[in-house]
Amino acid sequence: MSTSAITPPPVPLGRRVKRFMADRPLVPLLILLVVLVVILQILRPGIVNERWIANTIKFAIPLAILAGCQTMTMLTGGIDLSVGTVATMSAFIMATQIVNQDPAVAFLLAMMPAVLIGLVNGIGVGVFRVHPLIMTLGTSLIGTGCLQVYQRTVIASGAKIPDFLAWLGTGVTRLPEAWVPSEPARQWLADTGIGFAFPNALLLYVPVAALIVFTLARTGFGRLLYAVGDNEHATRLSGVRYWQVITALYITSSVLAGITGLLYIGLIKAPSLSLAEPLVLPSVAAAVIGGTSIFGGRGGYTGTVVGALILTVLTTLLTILQMPEGARRMLFGLIVLFVTAAYLRIVEER
Amino acid sequence: MTTSPLLDATGVAKNYGAVAALRNASLSVLPGEVHALMGANGAGKSTLVKILTGAISANAGRILIKGEARDIRSPAAARRAGLLPVYQEPSLIPDLDVLSNLRLTGTPVEPFRAWVRELGIPDLDIRDTARDIPLAVLRVLDLARALAVEPDVLLLDEMTAALPANLAEKVLEVVRRQGDSGRAVIFISHRFVEIAALCDRATVLRDGETVGVVDIVPGVEEKIVELMLGTRIVKTHIAARTAEQKAAPAPARPRIAVRDLRVGTKLADVSFDLADGEVAGVVALEGQGQDELFAALAGSIRPSGGTIEVDGQPVKFSHPIDAIRAGIAYVPGDRSEALAMQRSVRENIALPFSAALRNWGPIPIRRERAKVLSAIERLQIDTRAQGEVQRLSGGNQQKVTIARWIAADARTILCFDPTRGIDVGTKQEIYKLLRELAGNGKSVLFYTSELEEVQRVCDRVIVIFGGRVVDIFTVEEADEPALMRAAYGLPRGAEADIGILADPSSPSATAPEPTP
Repeated sequence: MSTSAITPPPVPLGRRVKRFMADRPLVPLLILLVVLVVILQILRPGIVNERWIANTIKFAIPLAILAGCQTMTMLTGGIDLSVGTVATMSAFIMATQIVNQDPAVAFLLAMMPAVLIGLVNGIGVGVFRVHPLIMTLGTSLIGTGCLQVYQRTVIASGAKIPDFLAWLGTGVTRLPEAWVPSEPARQWLADTGIGFAFPNALLLYVPVAALIVFTLARTGFGRLLYAVGDNEHATRLSGVRYWQVITALYITSSVLAGITGLLYIGLIKAPSLSLAEPLVLPSVAAAVIGGTSIFGGRGGYTGTVVGALILTVLTTLLTILQMPEGARRMLFGLIVLFVTAAYLRIVEER
Repeated sequence: MTTSPLLDATGVAKNYGAVAALRNASLSVLPGEVHALMGANGAGKSTLVKILTGAISANAGRILIKGEARDIRSPAAARRAGLLPVYQEPSLIPDLDVLSNLRLTGTPVEPFRAWVRELGIPDLDIRDTARDIPLAVLRVLDLARALAVEPDVLLLDEMTAALPANLAEKVLEVVRRQGDSGRAVIFISHRFVEIAALCDRATVLRDGETVGVVDIVPGVEEKIVELMLGTRIVKTHIAARTAEQKAAPAPARPRIAVRDLRVGTKLADVSFDLADGEVAGVVALEGQGQDELFAALAGSIRPSGGTIEVDGQPVKFSHPIDAIRAGIAYVPGDRSEALAMQRSVRENIALPFSAALRNWGPIPIRRERAKVLSAIERLQIDTRAQGEVQRLSGGNQQKVTIARWIAADARTILCFDPTRGIDVGTKQEIYKLLRELAGNGKSVLFYTSELEEVQRVCDRVIVIFGGRVVDIFTVEEADEPALMRAAYGLPRGAEADIGILADPSSPSATAPEPTP
């Protein structure tokens, strides 16, 4: 018996690669991220160093948390466009209340609008079945309006950025050199400029990210998010009360957005009424690039994190190209569209 | 009479993939007759109607209209050929007023008004928005709209369903006159009484084939039932049941007691008991209220009257979770209603575990796996493609929907046509499983559209017709002819009683001459 009879017909390489990518959807995203970094390094040799990495991470974190809000809401087939306003409100209230208040009180006051907007979003979407896009857009406008009114009442007292938030948002902690195992390794790190320092924001972000991943993968709530987005009727027949899931979801999303606001004000250090607004659409884009379906039921947070990093690196890349602002935006939009379409083609089997 | 037929369809066949919905259907309608189209569930009636009205196209067959071969490719083409259907669902656009709806289809207004008055609605305002008009009136308006364009062949699908008695009577009268005036009507109905009163001939379909054309004469209902059943009329013997499949001894108190249950206009005064350790069958033609009965028991809809008692306690379900807490689980007929298709087998089976607020925390993975695996094993689900339920075969998907409630250890399972569209082997496994559940003291309410399943699975059979329980059989009595007769609303032992088709109060006897 010849061996050729039992070997299966060779699968073409392209097809094998495609299947590999489809099984591990994170791989093509990571490849894209590395490619972008390499391009950056080629265009501006030496730009990729310790400071640049720390900066990129610092700016990617607020985006990644907001993208986490989008990921969770998108899993149920929803979206949360109020995250920008919520983040701005908590940041602005924190910066103005800290002047006269105890930090704990200021924190509670700052988180109040977040919880409230989340609750209203949840009830609107879960109970009254308003489309999430309209619901969160509406509460976002109401929130912005309230913030404008609030601004007049505090205009005299001024604002300041709490030291702790500045430390958290911008600070970098250098690890003791003793942690590096050997002298040559230490020398090599110093030579190449790859730092052994990390942004303090990671102290907040790593637990938050771990919590989101754990919630989605290993808790009943996370499982319900996927199931509700996949087939709401089936979850109802299984005894799930839709409004409970949705209300809890939008409150969670809003609270995360509020925390992002506090982190972001420590990074930007200039309270304004449109502080986090520019992050809203990129946060949706990061979740979509990361492979979460806007129709619900599909996706996860790890992809979103890489998506947020890709967008942040892309922004840097376009900035150093020294193009006019308009051209940069056009290019940004085109690349996001292209990447999303290409990624779906790679990952979707069929 | 040797007039040539208005409509003559022969050899019509239609396949959906490997499934043949129609094999060899024929239908010939003469001018001046009201022609009944009959057949059990799934015999191919609706497929044939869709082909005749251009909604779908046939794979084979010839359709002659007034002797000319016509290729009806769209509803508009059917309309031009003089063939007009009135479907069960109202077809007026809800957000437009009646007048705009008429203009949309180019229906002349004055004849429409005349027909509406004729049909027993004297005070219709054609400026009313269709949405605000009650369902029964909408159906009559659909009929009037069809009549107003004077079609040669009118096709009525369950026209009198959902109509109150006075309107139904008017409708039958008008239909009869339509026949008398030289046009033709194809009349689809499950009600023998109407067919007897109205129709001249009947074409009977079985398994996608025309098996007979009969003249409607007193006593013909037996022949029609026989034709619909075909060779299956041989009395099936009840397979001997093993010890663990036997019904457990009946307890003193029923598990579920339903009394005078009413749901809108669909279900009226339904009363029955379901005991622990039994499989009670429900048999009904399509749309007789069985969907509403199951939905009410499952907590999906609220009944408008009557009581449901579980273990002697009256209950009011406002959400499926209430029924689930009472140990009642619902397996819907449509698998896509019950499954999160993109999720894994395990997540789908474990879905009810996470439903309650207090179970939203971390999942006890090991305990869950044990429960899920034992349910998978019990139902022998093929788990090779378990990553996404949508990749499983239909039979395996169906097993997942049942496994969910085995894992959740529900005491009562409401199974709505669980064997529809799945392979024979899986069907047998499901029969066996339902018997075992009963043997373990659980109770099962089992609706099936395949009568032969009744004697394999059930201890008792509840027959529903027109929203009412018309009969309850023990399994020994429940052979297919008896069930079929009961499902069509014929009284038990109808062989002796041929009087039903000679109903003297039939409208046709007193129908006046047609109006011009």
